[in-house]
Amino acid sequence: MQFPILSVIVFTPMAAALLILLINSERKNEIRVTALAAATFALILSLWVYFTYDKAIGGYQFLEKYNWMPMLGISLHLGVDGMSAPLVLLTGVVMFTGVLISWGIDDRPREFFAFLFILASGVFGVFISLDLFMLFFFYEIAVFPMYLLIAIWGWVKTREYAAMKLTLYLFIGSVVSLVGALVMYWTSGLHTFDMLALEKAAFPLAFQKIWFPFVFFGFAVLGGIFPFHNWSPDGHVAAPTAVSMFHAGVLMKLGAFAALRVGIMLLPEGAKLWAPLIMGLALVNIVYGAFIAMVQTDFKYIIGFSSVSHMGLVMMGFSTMTPIGMTGAGLQMFSHGVMTALFFAAVGMVYDRAHTRDIPKLGGMVKPLPLVAIAFIIGGLVSMGMPGLSGFMAEFPIFMGIWQVRPIVAIIAAVSIVITAAYIMLAIRRVFFGAMPVEFEGHIGPIGVQDKVALVFLCIIMISLGVFPSLMFPWVQAGVQHLMILLGGA
Amino acid sequence: MDFLLGHLLTLILFFPILAALVILFLPSDDVKVIRWTALIASIVPFALAVLVWTRFDTSATGFQFVEQYPWYEAIHSTFHVGVDGLSLTMVLLTTLLTPISILASFTIKDRVKAYMILFLMLETGMLGVFLALDLLIFFVFWEIGLVPMYFLINQWGSEKGERTLWKGVKMQARNYASLKFLIYTMAGSLGLLLAIQMLGVLFQTYDLPSLYERWNALQGTLLGLPVTTVKAIAFWAFVVAFAIKVPVWPFHTWLPDAHTEAPTAGSMILAGVLLKLGAYGFLRLVLPFYPAEAQRFAGALAFLAVMAIVFGAFASYGQTDFKRLVAYSSVNHMGFVLLGIAAAAKVGLNNQDVALNLSKNIALNGAVLQMFNHGLSAAGMFFLVGVIYERTHTRNLNDLGGLFPLVPVYGGILIFTSMASLGLPGLNGFISEFMVVRGAWPILSVYTAIAMLGLLFTGAYILKGIKQVLHGPMNEHWAQGEHRLTEINTREIIVMAPLIALILVIGVYPAWILEVINKAILMLF
Repeated sequence: MQFPILSVIVFTPMAAALLILLINSERKNEIRVTALAAATFALILSLWVYFTYDKAIGGYQFLEKYNWMPMLGISLHLGVDGMSAPLVLLTGVVMFTGVLISWGIDDRPREFFAFLFILASGVFGVFISLDLFMLFFFYEIAVFPMYLLIAIWGWVKTREYAAMKLTLYLFIGSVVSLVGALVMYWTSGLHTFDMLALEKAAFPLAFQKIWFPFVFFGFAVLGGIFPFHNWSPDGHVAAPTAVSMFHAGVLMKLGAFAALRVGIMLLPEGAKLWAPLIMGLALVNIVYGAFIAMVQTDFKYIIGFSSVSHMGLVMMGFSTMTPIGMTGAGLQMFSHGVMTALFFAAVGMVYDRAHTRDIPKLGGMVKPLPLVAIAFIIGGLVSMGMPGLSGFMAEFPIFMGIWQVRPIVAIIAAVSIVITAAYIMLAIRRVFFGAMPVEFEGHIGPIGVQDKVALVFLCIIMISLGVFPSLMFPWVQAGVQHLMILLGGA
Repeated sequence: MDFLLGHLLTLILFFPILAALVILFLPSDDVKVIRWTALIASIVPFALAVLVWTRFDTSATGFQFVEQYPWYEAIHSTFHVGVDGLSLTMVLLTTLLTPISILASFTIKDRVKAYMILFLMLETGMLGVFLALDLLIFFVFWEIGLVPMYFLINQWGSEKGERTLWKGVKMQARNYASLKFLIYTMAGSLGLLLAIQMLGVLFQTYDLPSLYERWNALQGTLLGLPVTTVKAIAFWAFVVAFAIKVPVWPFHTWLPDAHTEAPTAGSMILAGVLLKLGAYGFLRLVLPFYPAEAQRFAGALAFLAVMAIVFGAFASYGQTDFKRLVAYSSVNHMGFVLLGIAAAAKVGLNNQDVALNLSKNIALNGAVLQMFNHGLSAAGMFFLVGVIYERTHTRNLNDLGGLFPLVPVYGGILIFTSMASLGLPGLNGFISEFMVVRGAWPILSVYTAIAMLGLLFTGAYILKGIKQVLHGPMNEHWAQGEHRLTEINTREIIVMAPLIALILVIGVYPAWILEVINKAILMLF
């Protein structure tokens, strides 16, 4: 019996959360150190899983299966494939940097870290569950702490509204998916929630046609697909920094990933039928999201809408149903996760010091916060799809996939590249360069060591992936191979 | 040593980035160390480029010093570099102008570290475009070069000046210029990007040599359209991307803004090398990929070239800002490069007429040499403008005048460089412009004739510039007191010396460089 590494990954944050709750709430430093230790441990484990995953063999690896409720066919069935391995790593990265960034949280850090870690547990769980029931189980675990984290530690002005909106949206989405999942359970006649078994169930075409949209769009709400995206910028803005990082960096991937795993992989024929609609909506995401980001004056809303635009590319990659487009989508999930985590970290650092995110009131932040400026610029370049950085190596295959299916869509979507360049460059210049408003003189303190480590770490990931794409694409390709077999093509 | 010789091009390409990394870890207040590290680090690629030049086999066809490594197998792109006579000439120009520009930037006092790092990044970006033999790698470096240039203009550009946008919104001029530069080039590259993606999807490779053959052999329909239509659209997508960079009229408007606001060394590189990227794109990609379309649209290209030559000259004559005058002269001079390319395109491949083929060769050789020559003289002119601006803090020609007695050495150098730009026989500009005109005459007689009339105005604006700065009644403001104009100093003369020497050498004996260029031209088109 091999070491049950996946269960350890899932339950490490959970155990750490319990441990943190046992510490006296006054001993803030011990709480932080414990949190950091747990996050580092999870990061190392996820790195371990990522680099020992054998991409030559492909398929699901590190499999573990424990019966949970055999009567209903539910088991704790864990495993990673080439699609989820990068996302497990991403969660580890965001968890680690998120803890570093939250070092300065002074209001009830004990509860904050505990909730954050429960959230992380849920996220890990979704990525590695091979059981449909368990996937929903972890999905809800991931969504619920979000409500508390935003409502308690969020931005005073909108936190209640945003938390409520976010939770309701996601709840409705997951209920719709759950209905689809239950119908699948009954129709398959296998009396199992095991997705490996359901993959082979070969549902009738008419069934797939009707139920695919339920499952796919239910999850895609969390992926921010148009027109169900508007909970997301509100949620991003209201959330505290580390939660925004988790939210945009990982949670949105959760939606996209679940839509892929449950929607496309279990109902491939339905996916093929509905692909044009998904492509159309994703195109709206990409272009419309970029335009909306352009007109925002709140620093955090810009990033929020840029996430909507970039997640559109992920959905777009799925909708091409081509190996190359799917590979791009997998890479984009990782690349966007790292990039947006960096963005929100940088925005948070500026906001914590300036106490405003209103772009016209900011300026000249490069002097007191040079590293934040550089990190934000690198993130911005990734977002623009600048070659040599991770965004390009993710977006390029997506576009190649679209070319194979509908060239005109590629041409329209490409417009967003210029719009993105414009809003990112304008934001960079207005926030970090130019003259600093007088009221900030001497009030902008430097960032701490933890912040620096987090920023540099995220930047290095984006640069090294862009320069050496072979650090990631073989994994995703291995996952896509399995996917294409299910889709019956290529 | 074997390693060195086996990886010469990769070393040339990545040495500046390595140096930038080293500089990143130097203490930022030790300005002197940073400057000298950057300078020495930028001389190394030049030395290596000279080594490549001496070992380059002018009798062989095809690419030399080729290196190929796997890069992004998922989309079939490899890291493939190599040089032929065309790219080698451009590499030599780039590696020569970078140390010169870095030496010219020794007067930069603000954030020297970041400045030098960006400059070295810029060098790698430019070199990558010239060295790439993989279409995707070409595009990667094509875009990478934009970022450092954006920040050089935006952060170290001239601090004065404002632009009024719509509804009276005001914007600092350098912000306006840098954003315009970036958005213009990125938007222009969109078509290129899409066409590259289409090629990659079609052929499952980005390797240039194999794309040349397979794309040209393509028949039938593509994406539901006849191949000729798709090719015509893709042709214009490529042309627009490169025309913006050259820049060709009417896509040139970003150039005067960017030049005026950029720091001196930024302008030197912008005019000296960045504009050549566009022309290089025409030669490396447009002509080999679209010989038939280029032939079909040669008249349109020639028209744009002539407009650039004539309007560039007129616009230049109309300026009162010294730097803007020189900036428009770039539009004028790069027009000749495009004219040579258009003439060659008009003749097309496989033309049986011996005389026409000879003219085509002369025109193309002239175009490439003009790229090199303009690189030398434009970098020199922008530097000289910078020299006077640093002392007087004005670029307004009406505020200068009669300065020759105050700064005789500077005056001499300025006149010499201007004459090279004007096309005085015996200096380099004459050789290349003559070759272009000689080559284009039998092919595109009317356009060439108009272009030669444009040359007249080239003479006019250059003489106007000299007159307004050096001759006429002396502006007493600069003659005494605290504003007294100081003579060009040793460092500045060292900056100019290699440029002056090459201008003269090529003017007197151009054969050494033409024999390298010629072979590439014969193979290319």
